Amino acid sequence: MLFTSYEFIGFVVLLVALYYVLPKKLKWPLLLLGSYVFYYFAGWKFLFYIFGVTGITYVAGLLISANKTRSDLQLKAMKGQDLPKDERKRFKEANRTKRRRIMAVGITIALLVLAVVKYTNFTIHNINSLLTVFHISKQLNFLNIALPMGISFYTFQAVGYVIDVYRDRHEAQRNFFKYALFVSFFPQLVQGPISRYGDLSKELFTPHPFSGRVVGRGLERVIWGYFKKLVIADRILPAVNTLIGTPEQFKGMYVFAAMMFYALELYADFTGGIDITIGIAEMLGIPVKENFERPFFSKNIAEYWRRWHITMGTWFTDYIFYPISVSSPMLKLSKWSRAHLGEKAGKRVPVYLASFVVWFTTGIWHGASWNFIVWGLGNFVVIMISQELEPLYRKFHKKFDTSGSTTYKTFQVGRTVLLMSALRLFDCYRDVPLTFKMFGTMFTTWNWGSIGDGIFLQLGISRADYVILALGTLLLIVVSMIARSGSVRDKMEKRLPMPVRFGVFALLVIVILIFGAYGKGYDASQFIYNQF
Amino acid sequence: MSEVNENKLNKAELTGTAAEPAGAGAAGEPGAVKSESGAAETGAQTKKRGGKARVAALVVALLILTAGVIYVLDLLLRPKYMGDVTEGALTAEYYNAYGDHDVLFVGDCEVYENFSTVQLWREFGINSFIRGGAQQLTWQSYYLLEDALRYETPDVVVFNVLALMYNEPQNEAYNRMALDGMRWSQTKWNAIQASMCEDESMVDYIFPILRYHSRWNELTSEDFRYWFKKDTISYNGYYLRTEILPAGEMPPARPLTDPNFGDYAMAYLDLMTELCQEKGIHLVLIKSPSLYPHWYEEWDQQISEYADAHGLLYINMLDIAEDQVGVDYSLDTYDGGLHMNVTGAEKCASYLGKVLVEKYGLTDHRSDAKMSAYWDEVGARYDEAKNAG
Repeated sequence: MLFTSYEFIGFVVLLVALYYVLPKKLKWPLLLLGSYVFYYFAGWKFLFYIFGVTGITYVAGLLISANKTRSDLQLKAMKGQDLPKDERKRFKEANRTKRRRIMAVGITIALLVLAVVKYTNFTIHNINSLLTVFHISKQLNFLNIALPMGISFYTFQAVGYVIDVYRDRHEAQRNFFKYALFVSFFPQLVQGPISRYGDLSKELFTPHPFSGRVVGRGLERVIWGYFKKLVIADRILPAVNTLIGTPEQFKGMYVFAAMMFYALELYADFTGGIDITIGIAEMLGIPVKENFERPFFSKNIAEYWRRWHITMGTWFTDYIFYPISVSSPMLKLSKWSRAHLGEKAGKRVPVYLASFVVWFTTGIWHGASWNFIVWGLGNFVVIMISQELEPLYRKFHKKFDTSGSTTYKTFQVGRTVLLMSALRLFDCYRDVPLTFKMFGTMFTTWNWGSIGDGIFLQLGISRADYVILALGTLLLIVVSMIARSGSVRDKMEKRLPMPVRFGVFALLVIVILIFGAYGKGYDASQFIYNQF
Repeated sequence: MSEVNENKLNKAELTGTAAEPAGAGAAGEPGAVKSESGAAETGAQTKKRGGKARVAALVVALLILTAGVIYVLDLLLRPKYMGDVTEGALTAEYYNAYGDHDVLFVGDCEVYENFSTVQLWREFGINSFIRGGAQQLTWQSYYLLEDALRYETPDVVVFNVLALMYNEPQNEAYNRMALDGMRWSQTKWNAIQASMCEDESMVDYIFPILRYHSRWNELTSEDFRYWFKKDTISYNGYYLRTEILPAGEMPPARPLTDPNFGDYAMAYLDLMTELCQEKGIHLVLIKSPSLYPHWYEEWDQQISEYADAHGLLYINMLDIAEDQVGVDYSLDTYDGGLHMNVTGAEKCASYLGKVLVEKYGLTDHRSDAKMSAYWDEVGARYDEAKNAG
């Protein structure tokens, strides 16, 4: 059930209506049922995966929580017995180790499921390549495994839950079905955001009474999401596919066009999908974490990554970067590097090493291919270089005062857009060497003169499509500019009377209905991040 | 609007837990009024409730207005079938026709191009209508008949059997031409269900804008001219052509892989037969005198047997086209023998009208002043088009 399908729209309307009609105690079970029905439509076999991951992490959470409660009680009892401090410490440590082991087993099994379905064939491909290199004729057969919808998202969410229970951020959820709802909550099942149990659970299980304002605001967000997805992302899609699908024909300036078109498509697609997700949750009275903060207005890559796919970034920071940074081997390395490389450089070694792991994981999380790995590491390299050049920047800014300069800010934003879009070329072309080659043609094949030759009208989109795209993109930019000083919907609510606001969104609905790329004659396009 | 500061929805609002002012609405307070349920209510609460009702009414009004605007745009974006391809306009014209019909034709182009309804009126006083469409499939003919029977019960229904050669949905464009013009009813729903090709969706039929929205960049002056009102294309379902293109050599008949008509198509013929029997209507099966597609001997045999078994009249006009109907294939066809032109259609109507009057004693309505006036108007348009051609 694609978000853009009639079935999905009907499903959401029915679910929201039922949610507000049903008695309080049936509201969250309805969401669970709805989420599993939604997932069933992706393929009944995939239910086993989500059910398995839910079951494993649920048990792990319970065991950790039970151990913690038991050990806390025993520690309390020990206090009265006047036992030596060391013994209590040992007891505490022993139980912590137990909990750590349970956590490790739980998350390892969950991640193993993800690894098997997502990376087995990639591994086989690499082994086969190695066998070829060593002139061994034997080749391994690929496994016929379909990637279950949203597995990367819900596995990470479930793993985060187990770690948070271990870290005592919250208690384990004892009700299996409530926990199953947390893992499977349907709007965010497909492409995130990756929610934390502590953030989502309370509102997820609270029965929300009907509020016209709440449903209306959620609906506004959903409409905006569909506008981005159907009017912009899916309209530019044929041009992107043509440009990257025939690299031998489209070099030089066309690579640049592909790069920018894909950046626009990805942004409209992913943020549009998240708008739909958050909007649907809002319609049910459930606030879901934001995933974007106008990322293309960032002044550097590090900032961009704090504003793009925020929940994924914070997940990697909290559950990979920090644990690695404070792990005992890393602390030893830090000590060693400071001693041997000096305080300044030595301090950076463990940070960079942890960052390397994070970016490698980020890359491979996005997809089982070298393109994504190189893309992830590309981000790492750019961020690292940027940090290393920090003293140089400082010197430059000391000499040339750019503070408050709009031109310089625009330059910074433009630089970020270009850098991020260039890195995203790894999403586009079929392999890493081709990506480098095509990127290179931007500088070696100078064909900007052919820009007016009409080739852009042969990419699968017409002149009228370009006009719609230009106007749509302009609206995106304007809305983002207005959002710099606060919520656009809040502003509209404060300043515009309800009929005018209604009119604005009704107009947007009409624009989507007429100018949206959907239905027959258009390929029903899956959201890009569904595939990750 | 997708950004972080966009989600600053008041949490109390989201959770619906906004607290009422303490003590608000307590019974006995100044300004408190008793609600119908007997609970005490303050003036502020009553005002709030009234405000909510006003907002709800406003929202409903705005929703209706939006739906209205979308409907008007939908009308603009739908194909008008007023230019080169006009067959799509035929189905809807049935609802504007006058009076109960004596004869109702159902079928494909072999009926709506081969029988002049005006000739049937002028020669026999028969009030007839052709519910035909391009490549109209058997199940579509069945449902168009069922639809017509919601309004009237004709004496005779004539079904052209060529469509039985198709046993499954063929083409969205033809489906649309046959079905879009139908008024909404359970019958239309069933007709769509029976006709949809694999990549079609019922939602697209219910909300045509979802199917035709991409025509926004193909709109022509025709779309604006016929936005709200269309011309009448047919003459009670008859599609008049005046050109002459003599019949020539037809492509050789391809050997039949299966001489039997398909089950799906035959099931609908059964339904048509049952429906007519139930309503006391005479069902007449005809094979129109079109030379192509080839009408196989095996098919003819099957239909003859079917007609015998069900007590139906079957006329294969192809066999008697020249001898008894009087069709001259060098003059009476506009496309080389595939369809009749107006002179051919008049000959076919003359022949069939005579048979129907003789066999079923159809009433001559020419003395009916109102009906005559209606047909005079149709006839005038008909003559004008005929003479112009």
